[in-house]
Amino acid sequence: MGDSQYSFSLTTFSPSGKLVQIEHALTAVGSGQTSLGIKASNGVVIATEKKLPSILVDEASVQKIQSLTPNIGVVYSGMGPDFRVLVRKSRKQAEQYHRLYKEQIPVTQLVRETAAVMQEFTQSGGVRPFGVSLLVAGYDDKGPQLYQVDPSGSYFSWKASAMGKNVSNAKTFLEKRYTDDVELEDAIHTAILTLKEGFEGQISGKNIEIATIGEDRKFKVLTPAEIDDYLAEVE
Amino acid sequence: MSIFEYNGSALVAMVGKNCFAIASDRRLGVQLQTIATDFQRIHKIHDRLFIGLSGLATDAQTLYQRLMFRHKLYQLREERDMKPETFASLVSALLYEKRFGPYFCQPVIAGLSDDDKPFICTTDSIGAKELAKDFVVAGTAGDSLYGACEAMFKPDMEPEELFETLSQALLASVDRDCLSGWGGHIYIVTPTEVKECTLKGRMD
Repeated sequence: MGDSQYSFSLTTFSPSGKLVQIEHALTAVGSGQTSLGIKASNGVVIATEKKLPSILVDEASVQKIQSLTPNIGVVYSGMGPDFRVLVRKSRKQAEQYHRLYKEQIPVTQLVRETAAVMQEFTQSGGVRPFGVSLLVAGYDDKGPQLYQVDPSGSYFSWKASAMGKNVSNAKTFLEKRYTDDVELEDAIHTAILTLKEGFEGQISGKNIEIATIGEDRKFKVLTPAEIDDYLAEVE
Repeated sequence: MSIFEYNGSALVAMVGKNCFAIASDRRLGVQLQTIATDFQRIHKIHDRLFIGLSGLATDAQTLYQRLMFRHKLYQLREERDMKPETFASLVSALLYEKRFGPYFCQPVIAGLSDDDKPFICTTDSIGAKELAKDFVVAGTAGDSLYGACEAMFKPDMEPEELFETLSQALLASVDRDCLSGWGGHIYIVTPTEVKECTLKGRMD
């Protein structure tokens, strides 16, 4: 990456042993809109705030939650354009796996390869780390899985996690409410309540996005109407 | 003489009831001269997956090494064995990579997939998969093997009967082919065990 004048890495160690660029990337993530994920016994739910800069923006055209394969989806906190690039690369890697093995890529493998891409950008010439943290939700032969991937390229498997603004309140809320045998429907309610905790203004189907994957292994983004139904149930 | 007939080979795999058997001859020749009478054509990828490689022996060796390499990395990354169907897709992809300078091999893949169902398939030298429900054949004795298997095959054979049938089919076919023979190697694989036997046939 980069021509000969920029073939050195912009991400270099500080004397204290930190990679300052990655710390700054995490700050960028921490000031992004809240997103969260919950792994249930029979599926995974991921959700995010969708605060648009103006009421004139066509909210249907903004899709913060994307699918990577029919059975794996992803949401982010941080910089939208960086997210788009990662989604594109991950989709390509998933398809390459399928082309070689004629089998759907397992969630762990896709997460590992995406994390490897993110790590590359912390050690290559002329590039900066990605300013997003991803929450990858999938259902494969190993069951429902939820992974978080950070700008450094480290990834963790979570039972429930949150990212972005308000992350500590959201995580505390999730810690209190999470049980190992929670079902998908309950998890969706919990996700909505967690988002509500830190939400400024009136929450509705138009300013949050929710997606689920159940035992049918089909990643589905809920429509605003479906979200409104869940919101009504939660009231 | 065609490049596929340089070393001589006979390979066959057959499906039974929750089991499969794969057999090969043991001759390695250089055109009409016999060099070895104990040549291994069938290799184990893992306990439930075998591959036999007919055709040019050097390409068979290299292809086997490449496949073992890929499978070992797969095992390390995914912490599981490859399913036979997945492996067959991998073999097909590897062969097609060399579409305009191919490996002169015809592989025969046999394995037990999920639910212990037997899976067999063969591909041509550039990766066209051929799945079959009963038997697949490869090698210089291929045509005779087709005839013998067609005549002797019965569906849902138990391991012992499958062994008898496959041995008879192999030995009968290699007798009609001057480039393969000198006995046989047969593996019978069930969900619980793998039995390996050497067959004694006409030593010519």
